[in-house]
Amino acid sequence: MSTSDRIGRFLREMGEALEAEHNPYGEKSFRVAPEQIRPVLEKLRRDYGFDLLLDITAIDKIELGKAGEPRFDVIYNLRPHDTGDRIRLKTSVPESDPALPSVQDLWKTANWCERETWDQYGIRFKGHPNLKRILNHKDFVGHPLRKDYDIKKQQWLSEADDLMDEMEKKRKRTSDALSKETLFVNLGPSHPAFHGAIRILAELDGETIRNSVSEIGYLHRGFEKSAEKGTYTHVIPYTDRLNYLSSVSNNVAYCMQVEHMLDVEVPRRTQVIRVILSELARIMDHMVCIGAALVDLGALTNFWFLFNEREKIYDVIEALCGARLTHCYIRIGGLAHDLHDGFEAGVRALLQSIPETMTDVQNLVGRNRIFLDRVIGVGVISKEDAISYGFTGPCLRACGIPHDLRKDEPYYGYEEYDWDVVIGENGDTYDRLWVRFEEVNQSVRIIEQALSSMPGGPVNVDDKRITLPPKDAVHGNIEALMNHFMLIMNGVAPPAGDSYRAVEAPNGELGFLIVSDGSPKPYKIKVRPPCFMIFSAFDEMIEGGMVQDAIATLGSLNVVAGELDR
Amino acid sequence: MGLEETVGQSALTTKIDAVLNWGRKNSLWPLPFGTACCAIEFMGVVASPFDISRFGAEVVRFSPRQSDLLMVAGTITHKQAVILKRIYHQMAEPKWVLAMGACASAGAFYDNYCTLQGIDQIIPVDVYIPGCPPRPEAVLHAVVELQKRIQNGEKPKGMQGAA
Repeated sequence: MSTSDRIGRFLREMGEALEAEHNPYGEKSFRVAPEQIRPVLEKLRRDYGFDLLLDITAIDKIELGKAGEPRFDVIYNLRPHDTGDRIRLKTSVPESDPALPSVQDLWKTANWCERETWDQYGIRFKGHPNLKRILNHKDFVGHPLRKDYDIKKQQWLSEADDLMDEMEKKRKRTSDALSKETLFVNLGPSHPAFHGAIRILAELDGETIRNSVSEIGYLHRGFEKSAEKGTYTHVIPYTDRLNYLSSVSNNVAYCMQVEHMLDVEVPRRTQVIRVILSELARIMDHMVCIGAALVDLGALTNFWFLFNEREKIYDVIEALCGARLTHCYIRIGGLAHDLHDGFEAGVRALLQSIPETMTDVQNLVGRNRIFLDRVIGVGVISKEDAISYGFTGPCLRACGIPHDLRKDEPYYGYEEYDWDVVIGENGDTYDRLWVRFEEVNQSVRIIEQALSSMPGGPVNVDDKRITLPPKDAVHGNIEALMNHFMLIMNGVAPPAGDSYRAVEAPNGELGFLIVSDGSPKPYKIKVRPPCFMIFSAFDEMIEGGMVQDAIATLGSLNVVAGELDR
Repeated sequence: MGLEETVGQSALTTKIDAVLNWGRKNSLWPLPFGTACCAIEFMGVVASPFDISRFGAEVVRFSPRQSDLLMVAGTITHKQAVILKRIYHQMAEPKWVLAMGACASAGAFYDNYCTLQGIDQIIPVDVYIPGCPPRPEAVLHAVVELQKRIQNGEKPKGMQGAA
């Protein structure tokens, strides 16, 4: 079904329930009455193949000056898993009774998305089995993303949640469960394999996990609220710290989105540089994922090999922008500055050494019986479940679905490079790790071609509204000085409206939904973090398996707390 | 006078405290309480190019009972704070605390509703490491700084009030 077909047919059938909304960015956005939202979503899911629920979020419209309208909009962001037919549905709920029917039975990922919307905005979802806070702690009062919640109002927690309420609900599913003697064990948040900020409560029968409840939010550091307080440019360093294993990818995703809203296209040279840096970021991200997963399996040597290589990449990037981890090199409308002279030689050296390192590591583990026994057939997720849970990126491709935004919605000329989408077969831990191994090689291919095709020219758009004037002009004439001052104090101001675009980040679809009120401050920014959706499937993936399988599975999912909890 | 007269040059004499401190200083066992970006840089500190084992502190232990150096690497939120405090109290004395990075030291630019504005609000901190994230050299510098204090017989912050 092609794009026009699918949405056209949907409009013809459901036209009465929908009100097309004017979107200044040409994106498909419809308004639906609250009592119609569930039937419409059900139709989209069942009859039109919109099987990937990207995100659910809300907007608090109290400061948009629309008197008489209900206070909140709830947004459902959808697409079919294999195409770029994006659609957004919006519905309004009043402050007095902010409630909507839950759709967690249609998409499994809706469970956590709805919990987050409840936690952050106080919107209830009727029929949700477990509507409790997810990012903020259990003693938190109020809903922080409401505009009237003071950003600095902190609330202390005196004791961690014991999670037994959720566990008891789960235990009741099977009748014999309560009769058996079992042991409850907390894995995390301070646990070597749980990487600091994730916790699960597991009910163990011997070494088998009968039930598991996961808790996240230990690294919820208020990205979205913080992003509302400054200018669009101020958000860039915060994006570095979302998925800090590959900061450039986050910078690129965010800046690309803002540029899209400003209707500018960055020069070709910048596009190529962004591709090279994004692919280097992907390589670094996969290296940490593979390295850490192997450490958790007891294969420490690989970690040294991979980190040595990572240090070499750090050296090149540090020479470029001065930072090792949080680069903050991308700017709205271009880059902080052009490349330095040794960049190309540095990257060419990396293109030699990265495949060698990957081959070394693959030789160490590829035929290693212990490794294979611990990963093959472990943590399997079916295609259908993966889609329902909102999987994207390597974890989805490991199930055998060849979806990659770089191929399916190409940006920055990815369609011109010759490379392959890597897929797995069984959706197990082995496939997820091996897809990442192979993606590193594909990224090397892309970087090689991009380096060879690097054009010259400026790196920033020639637009006074966006790009800072050169320093000598700022010091030399009043116009440039004023321009500089205005850009620093106010920055850019996209037209009022909301927009969503996504890139293929190392973990999957990373998108920013930005709501602008036309002012130089973002009204709301919502990240679509790939690993939030992926981790929501974790309980189901490990239940019935052994504790050691849970460790192996977690390593292969590459859950990065900064992105998970924001 | 003293022991030297009896044993002469055949033995090295010192104070038992000095020997203990020398041992402690060169075998700090860190518990990396890594929550965020800084934890990735901590991995860099452990990996071979920087190699914290040159300073005797490479035996990373995730059990608070076995470690004497708490390295808080990353943002501590209010949700995490209760866990951190419990981990600190589970460690046996003497114990030292490093606050790695701007978030652990003071909350950094997360000046908002969910982030603890520095771990010294809940546990005593011996050395603060600036940076977002700090470079591995800065972490090593902090370890060396701590070693100097241990050799000099300084007590950890957490024990100074108690004495």
